[in-house]
Amino acid sequence: MLLNDEVKMLRQVPLFAGVSPAKLKLLAFTSERVGYRAGDVLFQQGDVGDSAVVILAGRADVVVEGAKGPIKVAEIGENAIVGEIAILCDIARTATVIAQTEVEALRIGKDNFLKLLADFPEMTIEVMRVLAQRLSQTTMELTEARNRLVKSGA
Amino acid sequence: MLDQNLSRYIWTHTRPQQLWILFVVAVSMIPYFMSFNLPKMIVNGPIQGAGFEDPNATQTFSRIAFDLPWVGNIVLFDGVEVTRLGMLMALSAVFLGLVIINGLFKFYINIYKGKLGERLLRRIRFTLVDQILRFPPATFKRIKGAEVSSMVKDEVEPLGGYTGDAFVAPALLGGQALTALAFIFVQSVPLGLITAVLVAVQALIIPRMRRRLLVLGRMRQLTARELAGRVSEIVDGVNTIHSYDTSNYERADISDRLGRIFKIRFDIYQWKFLVKFINNFLSSITPFLFYSVGGYLALNGQLDVGQLVAVIAAYKDLPGPLKELIDWDQLRQDVQVKYQQVINQFAVDGMIDPALQDPATDTATARLAPPLAAVNLSVMDDSSAVGLNRVNFALYPGQAVAIVGTAGSGSEILAEALARIVWPTGGKVVAGEADLLTLPEALTGRTITYADSDTYFFFGTLGDNLLYGLKHAPTAPEGDDTAALTWNRKESLLAGNPHYDSACDWIDYASVGANGPEGLLPAVFAVLDTVGMTKDVLDLALRSTVNPANHGDLAQSIVTMRHTLHDTLLEQNLDGLIVPFEPGAYNVEATVFENLLFGNAILPELRSGVITSNPYFRQVLEAQGLGDRLYAMGIEVARNAVELFSDLPPDHPFFQQLTFMTADDIPDYQLLLQKLDSGSAAATEADRAAMIRLSFDYIEPRHRFGLLTADLMAAIVAFRAVFLDGLPDDLRQGIEPYDPDGYIVSGTLLDNMLFGRISQKYRDGADRIYAAVAALLPKLGLYDTVLAVGLDFHVGAGGKRLTNAQRQKLSMARALIRHSDYYIFNRPLSALDGRVQMQLLGKTLEFLRQGGRDPGIAWVVSSPRMAERFDRVVVLDRGTVVDDGTYADLAQKNGVFKDLISS
Repeated sequence: MLLNDEVKMLRQVPLFAGVSPAKLKLLAFTSERVGYRAGDVLFQQGDVGDSAVVILAGRADVVVEGAKGPIKVAEIGENAIVGEIAILCDIARTATVIAQTEVEALRIGKDNFLKLLADFPEMTIEVMRVLAQRLSQTTMELTEARNRLVKSGA
Repeated sequence: MLDQNLSRYIWTHTRPQQLWILFVVAVSMIPYFMSFNLPKMIVNGPIQGAGFEDPNATQTFSRIAFDLPWVGNIVLFDGVEVTRLGMLMALSAVFLGLVIINGLFKFYINIYKGKLGERLLRRIRFTLVDQILRFPPATFKRIKGAEVSSMVKDEVEPLGGYTGDAFVAPALLGGQALTALAFIFVQSVPLGLITAVLVAVQALIIPRMRRRLLVLGRMRQLTARELAGRVSEIVDGVNTIHSYDTSNYERADISDRLGRIFKIRFDIYQWKFLVKFINNFLSSITPFLFYSVGGYLALNGQLDVGQLVAVIAAYKDLPGPLKELIDWDQLRQDVQVKYQQVINQFAVDGMIDPALQDPATDTATARLAPPLAAVNLSVMDDSSAVGLNRVNFALYPGQAVAIVGTAGSGSEILAEALARIVWPTGGKVVAGEADLLTLPEALTGRTITYADSDTYFFFGTLGDNLLYGLKHAPTAPEGDDTAALTWNRKESLLAGNPHYDSACDWIDYASVGANGPEGLLPAVFAVLDTVGMTKDVLDLALRSTVNPANHGDLAQSIVTMRHTLHDTLLEQNLDGLIVPFEPGAYNVEATVFENLLFGNAILPELRSGVITSNPYFRQVLEAQGLGDRLYAMGIEVARNAVELFSDLPPDHPFFQQLTFMTADDIPDYQLLLQKLDSGSAAATEADRAAMIRLSFDYIEPRHRFGLLTADLMAAIVAFRAVFLDGLPDDLRQGIEPYDPDGYIVSGTLLDNMLFGRISQKYRDGADRIYAAVAALLPKLGLYDTVLAVGLDFHVGAGGKRLTNAQRQKLSMARALIRHSDYYIFNRPLSALDGRVQMQLLGKTLEFLRQGGRDPGIAWVVSSPRMAERFDRVVVLDRGTVVDDGTYADLAQKNGVFKDLISS
């Protein structure tokens, strides 16, 4: 896959939707193109986050270590970005990501990502928008979960 | 000790040779004076015809006869009768013979003097270095290495040249001058007196004037020495200079010094030529007096004209020797000053007795009497600050003692004193009853091992440095009595140097429990393991370029390993990790240039940056039709780079990703592209070469511009064979092709094992390959060989090619490989993080007690918590011992130690 194809894929990622193709090309060029085989670990929960990954092809499982062993919490596929939270706020990886099939991905280094945010405010706003959406989604889910808890407890 | 007086020093050490050379010089005078007389005989005799008035007259040639008292006339040789022409030829032949004899004498004398001088120089230099080795430790706080080395190297150099002339020159020149003077006296007493007075004036005034020159010379010597010291300071402290932006301060200082040196040197010139002028003036005033006074006497009839001519002729021979004599005196004083300057610097109080450093081989088994102890030990530094105050401490074999204290507590000084690095100013350090300073170094240097945080390594390989602590005395018998060795030994003796053979084996194998060089490697590997350095050494080995001829069949094994490695990776499902080089295929993970050449460029003119100017390369490139295609490719690369990066400021971190050009190049390429696109001007040869060069660094999976088609790759592969086959003879050695079945000497060990490029495709590919290689080496029996290659790594000046942590680990390894009775460690691993320090500490204590050994260990720990691993803890505070006991006890007790561990 060539740079131009990668740019097309990146444009599908909501986070980068507002970023101009030229900048996306730069992002793609400065990122590392990596491949994983099925079963390879993209991130390990608890490790220090040094990069975010955009899946270009293939599928991966997001797994969290639970009390009774690993719990699969989500499945991600093409155009998904994972790991961006850990590099934004310097926390350890909150989940493990394992390739389910063979995965082609673009690995964006932490420094490059932050530099990009600093240089292109439109991208920062986009990131904020996505994060805010996720937060409201989470809040909603939390409220629902509480309500259910109250009902079942009552 | 060196004599204060240089002439006496030279006389003491070269008396027989000086006498011999004086004798030879005296003998050489005979043919020398004979050759003076000969021209007159030739001109008067055969040429002008004296004694040959009759054309058939003959004369006797070469009759040798003596008139001896009481014995009468003795005729050794009757001589031969020769004619006038015969006589001319015979005398000319004698003249030629004398010229040759005189030349040979001169040749012999010069060589002999040279040898004499060089030998003395060798003696002085050796004595100086010998003294450095015997300086008391405190001296080294005051002296600068570069200044001392400039003294040993440069400042004593003129002494060699002077030595040969020290006695010969005054004898010879003085004799010549006196002869000429005497001759003048014989001709005319008044003229003789005039000459004598003028010579005396010259001999008095000139040296007096030159005294100023000597003072200046001394200043020149000192300033030059200081300059050498400053230059080496700049080299050593260059990081400090850069980080504090003081380079201009240093420039100013150097310029200032050079200015001072210039002024001194210019002063010297002025004086030198003034003296020369006066000297010349005095020499030429004599003939003036001869002409005026002598002429007056001749006119008055008190002197006949013949005498006057003879005096003037004789005087011609006087100024030459006289001037040389004055020059010699100048040299003498100059050298004497230099010599004194140097030896005063080397006259240090409290020099170590040479007997203590005698290389005794029988001490190998000798032991120190236990315990190693400080008795009322006080140490003050030169500013009288107290480092230790009446400290009593004993270390017994079998004990492991932690010495704890903060930075100013004196704990480090105690360790240094125990290791004899710092000398007590009060009290003493003893082994049993004996004062440590009175014991030979051959004993203490083997039974006590010391390592601290301040590592020093000698220029050489890692292995050499690791084994440095085992080289006390030559162990193997000296080699066969080859001519070279005999010569070495004889010369050493004549120059008063020791005649150890530094080339023979010095490693004391027995002391590490090995019975020879073969037994050494396991011991080396064991200590490397203990200090956690095995991986570092393996790493160095894999990244180093080796000459496989030095390592047995290593090359063959590595080539075989390529296949094994491939199979192993296949087993682990990692086969895509390496993209191997194949002669008939394009390697997508390698650059276009690597694919074109398919080999390592050894000649600089074949490197990727300049190869476009090589006519042969260009010719093949164009013949294969690749010139245009690579040019087009280069333009695309430039276009992409300009598009991606032209908006970014030049210092943007993204430029690190741009491997084939720098931020500064972008505008140039932008302009070039505009020019080419607009068609305003055709591409010049330089433009074309620049674009082709740009295409060389392209790697498709990395840059992903989509510029490599299958067709182009095939053309590049086809180029290889054509290029290699037609390689002109002068380039044949300049390239080492990738041969799947051969070792690539110009590549690293790792390159040779992989024989391909690590694919960018998989994350952590390099780490995985590395792990696979490391796991494979022991299986193939190559581990030891490769590790031994790592021991050949050159550590650079002072070990600077190693990291700080590696240096400290190596220093520790160098200490641990020695089997001693006592080990003194002075925060030896402070560059490592606490966890690793703790781990290595445990491994070290274990290692030292292996095999039933039971040494005494004193360890100045960098953190009080590390003391937990020791039998006994000694706490120092402000130069005194404040606590002594087990860790558990001290941790309970209220005191300094409790404060230290809780802080």
